[in-house]
Formats: sequence, C-alpha cells, structure tokens
Amino acid sequence: MYKESFEYFENNNNVYLDNAATTQKPKQVLEIMHDYYTKYCANTHRSNYSTANKATTLFEESRIYLKDFINAKEKEEIIFTKGVTESINFIASSYVKDNFDTVIISSLEHHSNIVPWHMIGKSVDKGLCVVNCDENLNFDIKHFEDLLKKHPKSFVSLTHISNAFGKILPIKEIIAIAHKYDAVVMVDGAQTLAHISVDVQDLDVDFYALSSHKSFGPTGSGAIYIKEKYHRDIRPYQTGGATINDVTFERSILLDSPYRFEAGTQNIAGVLGFYEALKFIKSIGYDEIHKKEIELYLYLKKELHNIENVEFYNDITHSIGSLSFNIKGMNHEDVGILLDKQHVQVRCGHHCAQPIMKHLGIEGTIRVSIAFYNDKYDINKFIIALNKSIDILKD
Amino acid sequence: MSINQRINQSLNQRIEEIRNDLLLFDDDLEKYEYIIDLGKQLEKLDTVHEKDENLVQGCTSKVWLVCEQNEKKLIFQANSNAKIVKGLVFILITVFSNLTPQEILHTDINILKQLNLTEIITPNRQSGVTGMLKRIKEYALAFDKKG
Repeated sequence: MYKESFEYFENNNNVYLDNAATTQKPKQVLEIMHDYYTKYCANTHRSNYSTANKATTLFEESRIYLKDFINAKEKEEIIFTKGVTESINFIASSYVKDNFDTVIISSLEHHSNIVPWHMIGKSVDKGLCVVNCDENLNFDIKHFEDLLKKHPKSFVSLTHISNAFGKILPIKEIIAIAHKYDAVVMVDGAQTLAHISVDVQDLDVDFYALSSHKSFGPTGSGAIYIKEKYHRDIRPYQTGGATINDVTFERSILLDSPYRFEAGTQNIAGVLGFYEALKFIKSIGYDEIHKKEIELYLYLKKELHNIENVEFYNDITHSIGSLSFNIKGMNHEDVGILLDKQHVQVRCGHHCAQPIMKHLGIEGTIRVSIAFYNDKYDINKFIIALNKSIDILKD
Repeated sequence: MSINQRINQSLNQRIEEIRNDLLLFDDDLEKYEYIIDLGKQLEKLDTVHEKDENLVQGCTSKVWLVCEQNEKKLIFQANSNAKIVKGLVFILITVFSNLTPQEILHTDINILKQLNLTEIITPNRQSGVTGMLKRIKEYALAFDKKG
C-alpha cells in the first residue's frame, strides 16, 4: 500500500529490490523540488528579496529538521554535503590527514570508506588497520580493542549497516570502547536512515555521515553531523562563496560552522527534497518501517532457503535491508541479467565492497535489498524469476 | 554455424548472419538462452591461458582472450566465467577470427550497433564488449607490426 506514495511504481511494473543502491522517491520529495525550481528558485544565504529569503528559510528549516531527526544538539553540527562519499572525503582531507597516525575501519566497508584513506596515504601496515569479522560477518570487538590498545588516539571510521550484507554493527558499544582509548569515531550511515533511527547524542558519535538518496530523498544531497567540539580543528578542504566573514587580498576570515564548511552554491533542491524525505519517514514511523522490513526480510530468507544450492555468507541476526547470496556453480552476473529480463531488479556484483568479497573468496553476490514499501508479492515474483533463471543457467 | 564453418564468409556476411539469427527472437529471455547456447560452442581454452595478462579490461565478469596467427590470419580463443558473456565472446570471435590483421584494423569497431546487441547488453556490459574489441584491435596491430 505504501507504493501509492511513489510515482515510480505507477510508471513501472518492475519488482524493485535494489534499495541499498538507491531508494525510490515519494511524491512530496518531487513536489518540493519542482516547487523550488518553478516558484522560488533563487540562491540561498546571499540575496535579500522574497524568493531568495523563502529559499534560505526552507534550507535552514531543513537543517533544523535534520538536527532534530538525528537528535543533534545544535543546528551548527549539521553540514550539508553531496552525500556520504563526499562527507567521508571531506573529513579525511580536512581533519584526519593532519591529525591522526592511524585509521581503523571494519572488514565490511564499501569503497567510499576505504579509498579516501588510501588517498591520504593510509594503507594496511602504513596507518590503516582493518578489524576482523567472524564467520557470520560480525564485527570482532576483541580485535578492535586490541588495535586500539596498540594505537590509541586513532581515528575510527565504520559503517553502521553493511551495504552488501545488511549487517548492523554494534555502533554504540564500539564508540564507547573507542572513546576509552581517546579515539575519534566517524560512522558511515549511508544505509541507516531508510531502516533505523539514529540518535547521535545517545550514540555519542563524533561524526556521522548521512545519505539522502538512500533514504527516499534525491540524489546528490546528504549531510555530515560534526560534534561541535571538532569544528575548530577542521580545516575545510574547499572554500569560496558563502563560507567567509571577510576577505581581503591578504587573508580570508571564515564564518563559523556550518557555513565555513558549505562552499559554493548548495544543492538547494536536493536539500529541500531530503527535508521532505525525512518528514515522509517520520509520517510512517520507524516502528512501522522496522516491523514491515523484518517480516519481509525473514520471508525472503525462508524462501531463498528452499532454493537448491543457495549459498549465504552470514546469518541474518543483527541484519536489515540487504541479503546477499550466490547459487553454487552459477555466475551472479548471469543470474542478474536473467532476473532483469523478467523485470526483477537486484544488484549483482561486488557492491563497491571488493575487499570483503576477496576475503570471502568470491567475486560478487546477488544482493536483494528491501525497503518498507516492498511486499510479499515482490519477493514471490523475485523467487519465481530466480527459479526460472536457474533453470536456464543449469548445465 | 560454428566458427570454422564461417571461415570463408566475408566479415559483412558473418555480421549479417548473426544479426538475422538474433532477430528471430522476440523475447529477450529466449534471446539470452540462445546466446548461452552459443557460448557452449566456444572451443575450450587451455587453462594455462587463464591468467591475469590475458584478462580483458572493463568486463564485469572475467574474460580471457588469446590470439595466434595461422597463415596470415588471426585466430582468437577465449573463455569467460559467466555463461552469457561466453555467448557474447563466441559472437565476437566468430566475427573476427580468420581475418588478417589489416582486415581487422579496417573494421568499424562499433560492431554492437550492427549486431543489434545494444538493446540487450547493459551499459556496464557494453564497456566489457568494448574492452574485448579494443583487445582484438591491439592484437591485430601487434601482429601487423610483426608483418
């Protein structure tokens, strides 16, 4: 019934099960973006006429809404970005590069939380440590603590929910341990808001990266929460219009956060769309979202279990959203193409997480990723299409 | 028709025939079943050739491509770890095997359009096919230089 809120489903009869890549966008999100471009399109934080003021007001309302949504203390702690990838690159270049000898990540990270560390000169044995996972891909807390004992005052950067396997890391416990060793923690929340609520004060997290487009909002927008005490230690890697208090040819004096970190014209329509997406999530409520997703996730796992030669890489305890598997003896890409030809859309490949795939000795998986608007009909159609694909690919 | 049976056909005849075969299928799924069947006709590639230096760049699946010259004509052999790709590889090898380096170098690389395959190959997979075509041209250039 929730599909009615999404025009995508009016225009397509596809079974969309690639929500970890991006979610569909509800009508409200599209409407506010359309309104911005057709009724009050003007730049924010600059001009002082009516439409510009309206755009600026809504932009700042979005910031306050997001602040409340994740329970940040101050609106100045919310910095809009292009998304999680930009957020992580921003913190890597503007803060971690000059302040930390060691960065600690998990085995489940996607490339957005691996490559930026390589780019600032951290690699395994040269300032980058990777926490092990067990046979069910659970985060190895003991190994993590051992690394922190060896490298106190590290920068820890971890995914909250694995995009490839749906594993939820025990972030609150991890942050508490990290802080015991004076480490600073950034959480990659790309997959989070679509599935579970985030309370940055309760987590006591230092940095939290958020995605709009994986949370029912538009692409090209997102945000990073930065705990107030770090604002002065971050030297922004890009500056320019709207970041300054005063400029002469001799020097520039930057504004305070968040503006010092938001250089150039922002993705105004994207931020407003993100705002509406958050309101949409709130109108559904995380209790309802969680209830629906868990029911569907268990149903999916049960149905997949009935398929011969299916191989999983983790159990589904502490997991949500994504479920990855392979069919023994079959190439995941072949399966994906045949599913597509039957109008079932899943992602097949390494899911931008090649290191964990290599660790598991595979090149990729078939990943089904659900959102609360999916239903048993979607899963049934997927299972029928999967069986048909297997029949075609059998020797 | 096998690769060997097409030896005496011109390049355009080969393309035309494959194109017509593919046009027989209205249904994409059936077309893919046919392509998978074509892959089964690929001559077995000796596993010693399945090494990194023979991997084709840009493929989402693994494709190994090797080439040797026989009486001025180039003979391609390949394998893939994915069945659909194997079929596509078979098609490309059928088109380009048993041609001289010069004939290959003068061929329009935009073969996908002529074969009507663009509609069934995803953009990601197209870069793999482009990678294969590039590698075929590289082999042709190398053998052409050798004389």
